Amino acid sequence: MISVLEQRAAQIHQDGRSPFAMDCEKHSVAGSVSQRACVFCGSRVVLYPVADALHLIHGPVGCAAYTWDIRGALSSGPQLHRMSFSTDLGEKDVIYGGEPKLYQALVQLIDHYRPKAAFVYSTCIVGVIGDDVGAICRRVEAEKGLPVLPVHSEGFKGTKKDGYQSACAALFQLVGTGATDDISPLSLNILGDFNIAGETWLIRNYYERMGIQVVATITGDGRVDDIRRAHGAALNVVQCSGSMTHLARMMEDKYGIPSFRVSYFGLEDMSRALYEVADHFGDGQVRQRAAELVRDEVAAILPDLRRYKKMLRGKRAAIYTGGAFKAFSLVRSLRTLGMKTVLAGSQTGNREDYRLLRELCDEDTILVDDTNPLELAKFVQEKEVDLLIGGVKERPIAYKLGIGFCDHNHERKIGLAGFEGLRQFAREVHSTVMSPVWRLVPRRRRQQPARAANDVSTASLRPSCAGECSACDLPDCSIPAGQEILP
Amino acid sequence: MTLLRHTRGGEITERQALTINPAKTCQPVGAMYAALGIHRCLPHSHGSQGCCSYHRSTLSRHYKEPVMAATSSFTEGSSVFGGQANLLQAINNIFTVYQPDVIAVHTTCLSETIGDDIPQIAEKAAEKDLIPAGKSVIHASTPSYVGAAPTGFANMTAGMVKYFSESTSPNKIGGRVNVIPGWVEPADMREIKRIVAAMGLESIVFPDTSDVLDCPQTGVHEMFPKGGVTVDRLRAAGDSAVTIALGPVCSEPAAIELTNQCGVPHATLPLPIGLEATDRFILELRKYNGGVVPREITDERGRLIDLITDMHQYFYNKTAALWGDPDQLVSLSEMLLTVDILPKYVVTGTPGKKFLRRMGDVLQDRKSEVQVRQGAGADLFLLHQWIKNEKVDLLIGNTYGKYIRRDEGIPLVRHGFPILDRVGHQFFPTVGYRGAIRLLEQVLEALMQRQDDECSEERFELTM
Repeated sequence: MISVLEQRAAQIHQDGRSPFAMDCEKHSVAGSVSQRACVFCGSRVVLYPVADALHLIHGPVGCAAYTWDIRGALSSGPQLHRMSFSTDLGEKDVIYGGEPKLYQALVQLIDHYRPKAAFVYSTCIVGVIGDDVGAICRRVEAEKGLPVLPVHSEGFKGTKKDGYQSACAALFQLVGTGATDDISPLSLNILGDFNIAGETWLIRNYYERMGIQVVATITGDGRVDDIRRAHGAALNVVQCSGSMTHLARMMEDKYGIPSFRVSYFGLEDMSRALYEVADHFGDGQVRQRAAELVRDEVAAILPDLRRYKKMLRGKRAAIYTGGAFKAFSLVRSLRTLGMKTVLAGSQTGNREDYRLLRELCDEDTILVDDTNPLELAKFVQEKEVDLLIGGVKERPIAYKLGIGFCDHNHERKIGLAGFEGLRQFAREVHSTVMSPVWRLVPRRRRQQPARAANDVSTASLRPSCAGECSACDLPDCSIPAGQEILP
Repeated sequence: MTLLRHTRGGEITERQALTINPAKTCQPVGAMYAALGIHRCLPHSHGSQGCCSYHRSTLSRHYKEPVMAATSSFTEGSSVFGGQANLLQAINNIFTVYQPDVIAVHTTCLSETIGDDIPQIAEKAAEKDLIPAGKSVIHASTPSYVGAAPTGFANMTAGMVKYFSESTSPNKIGGRVNVIPGWVEPADMREIKRIVAAMGLESIVFPDTSDVLDCPQTGVHEMFPKGGVTVDRLRAAGDSAVTIALGPVCSEPAAIELTNQCGVPHATLPLPIGLEATDRFILELRKYNGGVVPREITDERGRLIDLITDMHQYFYNKTAALWGDPDQLVSLSEMLLTVDILPKYVVTGTPGKKFLRRMGDVLQDRKSEVQVRQGAGADLFLLHQWIKNEKVDLLIGNTYGKYIRRDEGIPLVRHGFPILDRVGHQFFPTVGYRGAIRLLEQVLEALMQRQDDECSEERFELTM
C-alpha cells in the first residue's frame, strides 16, 4: 500500500464520523504530481470563450501553444478565440524587455482582425522581467480606439483561482461601457457557463422561454458588446462559482446587481435554478412558465432516465473536478441514476465547499483536495469504483485501472447541462460503465466475488465463464479456463 | 467559417514580433518526454505548476497514456527568493513517496530567469541526505525562450550522458553500439532496437519510451512502467564502440558529450525515415557487425522498393506541405523526393539556420521550387497563406494541420507531435524500411481517397 504524502494528510477526509476539518486552498506541496494548473491557465479558460476578442499571450511560445483551441467552448459567430497568438519571446527579449514586441504584435493583430477588444495575458516571464503591460495596453487602446485589457496572469502569482480573479478584473473593465436602454426589468446575465458543447445556448433558451431577457453570457458564446452592457441586467446568475463570483461581487458593489449561485447539472439543481430565478423576479407568469418548462422537460427525459437507472443501480463512482461546486451536482445526478459516490474531490474547493460536500455525501465517502494520481489510483481501487469522472489527465489512469470514465471538464464533446444534459450524462455514464470491454480487463476478472454476487448488474458485465479459471470464480461463468486473458 | 478562413492569402506581411498558430512549442515538454525514456524516472518541472500540467496534458492527449511528472510549484515567494527551498522539498517528497530511481529536473523560463542553479541545489540535497543511496537527481537547462521542444529533448538526453556515462577502459566493446533515436514515437524506438538486433549488434538505445508510453492494459496503474533505459545501461554507454546519433538537433549534443566524456566516437545521421536515410543507418551499423546485412533486412528494403515502383505513377508530380520538427522534416522531404513528390512548403518554428543548409542538401537542384522557413514567423499561419496562394496535393504534419485540411480540402497525413485526434502513431513505427512502407501507405491512402471522393461518377473506378 502506498503512503499518502504526509503534508497532504489534512487534505484528505476519509470518514464522515470523524470530526471534519478539511485543509484546502493551499499551495500544492512541491514534488507532488498535482493535477492542478497555474494562474495563467485560470485566466485563459475563463476568458477564452469571448469569441470576438483578440487573445494575445505575452511570453515564450509554450503558453500559447498549449492553449490553442483546447476548449470546446462553442461560438455561434466569430471564431477568433480559437487562434493562437503569441509574442513568442526569445532570449534577447528577456534581456532587453518584451514591450516593443508586444506593441508591434498588438497593432498588427488589431489591424488585421479588427476585434471588438483585446485581452493581453502576462505569463511568468513577464512578471520577472518587468514589462509594463498596462502601459502598452493603454497606448494601443488610445491609438486604436478599442478596449485593450491587460490580464495579470503570471503563472506563479497564486493558484488557478487567482487567475479567475484576474480574468474577472479584466472583464469588469468592459462592464459598464455599453448602452443599456432596451433592457427589460426581467433580465439577467448568465455567469460562469462556458458553452461547452452548446450548454449556454440551452440555458439561455430556458430563461427566454420563461420570458426573461438574457443580456450577456459570460463568457460562453461571449461577445464584447454584450459584456459592455451587462450592468443593465437585473440579476446575475452564477454557475461555476469559483470562476465568476468575483465578477458578480464587483458588479453588485458598483451597480447594485444582486446575484446568486446555481448549478445547471442534474434534475434538482437545474429545476431549482429556474425556480429561484423566477422567485427572484416575483412575477407570477414567469413562475408559471418555469413550472411548465420543468414539467415538460422532466417528462421528456424521465423514461430514458428510468431505463438507465435500472442498469446503473449500485454502481460506484469517484469524482474529481476542477471546482467543488460541480461536484455537488454530480453527486446528486449520480444518485438520480442510482449510483453511489465513494470518492469526491476537487482542485480548488474551499472549506465551505467541502463542508457541504461532506453533508451531501455518504459517511464513508472519501473527500480529497488537490489529489495526485497515486492517491487517486489507491482510493479508486480500494473502493472498487466503476466510474471515474474527471479531466484529461485522469482519463488514461482510469482506463489503465480498467474502469469507466466520463469527462466532466472542458474537453468533453457532449453537453451535460440542463435537462437534456442529464439524459446525455446518463447515456455517457452508461456507455462507459456498462461497456463490454471491461470484461477483457484482468482487474475485473480478479475482483472480489462477494461484491460481484451481490451486484446483479455488474454480473451481467462479466465474461460468462465456468468459474474454472483462477482469476474469476463467478457462479455464472461459461468461458473455458483456456480462454483466460493472458497475464 | 471564420475560423478556417482566417487568411485570404495574397500579399504576405512579414512578422517579426508575432507568432500565429505556432509550428513549435517550448523546450520543457521535450525534456519531459526524453526523461520519461529513463527507467523508473520521474520528470520534474522546476517552475510554476501550469508548465507541468500543460506538458502532461499534451503528452497524455498524444499517447492516451498517464504521464507522470512532478513540479516545484513556484509561488510569488520563490520568484523573489529563488526556487531552492521548493526543489529541496520536492526532492525529499518525491523520493519518500513516489520512490523513483531518478529525478530528472528541467528548468523553465521562470526558474532560468531568476537564476536557480540546479546542480548546486542538487548538491545541497545530497548534503542534507535527501537523495537515498543508489538514486540520482539529474538536470537539463531548458528555458522556454531558447530553442524549442526538440532542443529540450536534446538537452535532457545530453544530461543523461553527463550524469551517468562512464568509461571504464580505453578499449571499447566491439559489437555494442549506442543509438540515440531522437524524438520519435515509442514504436520507433522499439523498431530501432529490433533493427540493431537483426544486424547482430548489441544496442544501448536512449532515451527509450517504448513500454513507458505504449503500455499494455494490465488493470494496474504503474507509476513507473517496465520500459525505459536503465541507469546501468546509461553508465555502460561510455564503453560502447560507437554512438549513432539519429537527427542532429535532437541527438547530436548527447553523442558529442559521450565522445568528450568517455571517448566513444560518434556518427550523426538523419532520422532513418524513408529509403535513403534508412540505408545510411544500415550502412553505419554494418561497419560494426563485420559488414553483413541479414536477409531479413534486405527483404524489408526490397519490399519497400517494390511498393515504390508499383505505385510510382500515383506519386508523380504531386506536391506536399510539411511542418514540424527539423530532424523529421529533413528526412521526410528526402523520402518524398525519392518517390517523386515535391515537398513544396516546409516550415518549422524551431530556430536554427543549419536546418536550411540540411534542407538544401536534400533538395539539391529542386531548391528553387521549394519554400523553406524556420524560426520566428515560421508558423502555420504563414503556411496557410502560402497554400492559399498556390495549393499542394498533400499535408504532412501534426493535428494542427486539420484546419488547413478542412479549409482547403487537402488530405492530411498525421505525423509528428502532437497528434491529439487520432491513434496509430504510438503503435506503428515510421522509421526503417517497414516504417517507410507504413508512411507511403498512408500517403497513398490519402491521395487515392481524395481521388475517389472527388472524381466524376464515370471516372470512379474499382481498381487502381
